Amino acid sequence: MPTIGNQQIKLLERLCNAIAISGDEGEVRAIVLEEIKGHVDEVRVDALGNVLAVKKGTGKKTLRVMLSAHMDEVGFMLVADDGEGLFRFELVGGIDIRQLPGKAVLIGRDHVPGVIGARPIHLTSREERQEKIPLDTLRIDTGPGNSKVKPGDRGTFATRFQQSGPSLMAKSLDDRLGVVTLIELIKHAPAGIDLQAAFTVQEEIGLRGAKVATYAFNPDIGIALDATPANDLPSWDGLENNTYNTKLGLGPAIYIADSGILSDPRLVRWLVETADSRKIPYQFRQPGGGRNDAGAMHLAQAGIPSVSVSVPHRYSHTAISVARLEDWKNSLALLQAALTRLTPELLASERA
Amino acid sequence: MTELIPFLKDLISAPGLSGYEDPVTKIIEDKWRPLVNEISRGKTGSLQGLRHGTGEAPRPSVMVATHMDAIGLMVTGITEGFLRISEVGGVDARILPGTPVNVFSTGAGVAKVLHGLVTQPSAPLLPEQERDGPVALGNLLVDTGLLPRQVTELVRTGDLVSFAQSPVELSGETLSGHSLDNRASVGALTVCLEELQTRTHSWDVWAVATSQEEVGLLGASSSTYQIHPTIAIVVDVTFAKGPGTSDWQAFPLGKGPTIAMGPNMHPALHKAMQGMADSLELPYALEFSPSHSGTDGWATQVSAEGIPTLVVGIPLRYMHMPVEVVAIKDIQRAGRLLAGFISSLGPDFMEKMVWDK
Repeated sequence: MPTIGNQQIKLLERLCNAIAISGDEGEVRAIVLEEIKGHVDEVRVDALGNVLAVKKGTGKKTLRVMLSAHMDEVGFMLVADDGEGLFRFELVGGIDIRQLPGKAVLIGRDHVPGVIGARPIHLTSREERQEKIPLDTLRIDTGPGNSKVKPGDRGTFATRFQQSGPSLMAKSLDDRLGVVTLIELIKHAPAGIDLQAAFTVQEEIGLRGAKVATYAFNPDIGIALDATPANDLPSWDGLENNTYNTKLGLGPAIYIADSGILSDPRLVRWLVETADSRKIPYQFRQPGGGRNDAGAMHLAQAGIPSVSVSVPHRYSHTAISVARLEDWKNSLALLQAALTRLTPELLASERA
Repeated sequence: MTELIPFLKDLISAPGLSGYEDPVTKIIEDKWRPLVNEISRGKTGSLQGLRHGTGEAPRPSVMVATHMDAIGLMVTGITEGFLRISEVGGVDARILPGTPVNVFSTGAGVAKVLHGLVTQPSAPLLPEQERDGPVALGNLLVDTGLLPRQVTELVRTGDLVSFAQSPVELSGETLSGHSLDNRASVGALTVCLEELQTRTHSWDVWAVATSQEEVGLLGASSSTYQIHPTIAIVVDVTFAKGPGTSDWQAFPLGKGPTIAMGPNMHPALHKAMQGMADSLELPYALEFSPSHSGTDGWATQVSAEGIPTLVVGIPLRYMHMPVEVVAIKDIQRAGRLLAGFISSLGPDFMEKMVWDK
């Protein structure tokens, strides 16, 4: 049985501390290839850098099930050298610029340290403090005379993985949680399906890896394993928070709809029935904005019935996100149970 | 000679928010004990080391004051397992979202250090003007990753919250981290004390690590009154040129300490220190301080009947942020400058301190 234990948490730590900005996923790709080696029947790296691996089932009429987890994360690219170790930078993927000042960062394959500062409070006016600190005033400061970094290098926050009580705290839990889940599912693949694993690139800048990966696999079913925001904080005015998206601790989030896809209702039903019968906690992600690889998958080829199962996590796309270990474990348990009972009859059933 | 970088890393890794300086005080006390003849604590928490001079008693004395307290945050309440916070000292709330912190919890009579981060709630949970603008400190929260009932049990109002950023060595012999304001100057004073081991000085030297500078110069006021030195030299960080900071108030990083002039500094002391820097061939910059120096010097100068005061600055980038940056060389130079100045103080120094000359 696939499980989340110390070994899987260690792997998550290694993956979260690695840097893989969209378009520059090599560091995570190397870890993925190393981890799945010997556990798959086929593996290749495609034109965009996706890792596409197949673990064949043993049955006669097996469904081809594509599972995706994206390797990339949001971050920065250095775009100009101001001299004295100071660099201008642009964002890769959706980062709120209010999350940038005052942070330590790491740049390039060698993880060269730098910091993002700002004008000290002593020198700012009250009016100035009513405005966000603009991106074009910020610099990545790597120290005078630094010759180890250059424009074009990618980087992100220097956060180190840690655990606190029931929680995991790290950068890029979106989507290293999904990456470890998928590695674990490959290592313990249910015999009744052909598992088509796509460790995708460029999810954060438009689901681009998933688009070509799904075309290549042409699966019967697509499932995106991702991390989804939990905005389950109190509202400033004490009113009920009814825009939480998901809540930590309530289990894996099953997607019914986001701005990229209306999930296939047969797949939603299959997941819900599985969770109910196995007494695995789950929640529905609140239908609304946002999208993940499922949005690209279901549009591939002649259309692929697709859905997403995601781990709730707070503070997505910031220096530190927070997820609950139990939610992650239950996500894996739900997927494992669902894939084990999956038969071709599901796709023959009424849609709704 | 102390290895400066490891000592600075120890200093900035130790908690010591204003009013709660004990942990960092212990580190400084251990380092200073072999370098001074007497060491004691002031009434409001300053650490006061005395190094005897070789002159005839009663000897004049020079006090070198460096504040050791750090800015940070304090818990004001708990809502659904999240901590509400206010600032201790000057904090720009705009740099807080996503910042790692340590919560020094004291609930149930047990002291613990909890990991946490400052979080900016999602837009719909904020007042309209903050949804896409800066979020006020009162609307930011700290998440410890613990369950609400655990938080309620462990944390209480008034618990301290400090930045948790680890020290980072950057290129060009620079160090980044929080609380380098003003532990960098504590480092410079330590360099000075070590230099004084190898030379003579006729004046008594009071090395003081002051408390509560960031919340109103309390430690400096109190220690200056108690010690009653003949002159006072305050070492504090000043603004280094860098992103967002390039005007006359900022000085090049790594190009030497600053020697300040203005109403807060005695002109004769300024002149003497500048002369010392020139004679040692140490690079420095003149810092123009038209009014309040923003340092302990503002308090030392008006202690008792008035104490001639001078302020020496160490340029630092990103002041009051978790990633302040300082050049190691500037700290060493400030220490050597102080030691040179102190050992040059003769019995007739005060007679030369004449106004309008």
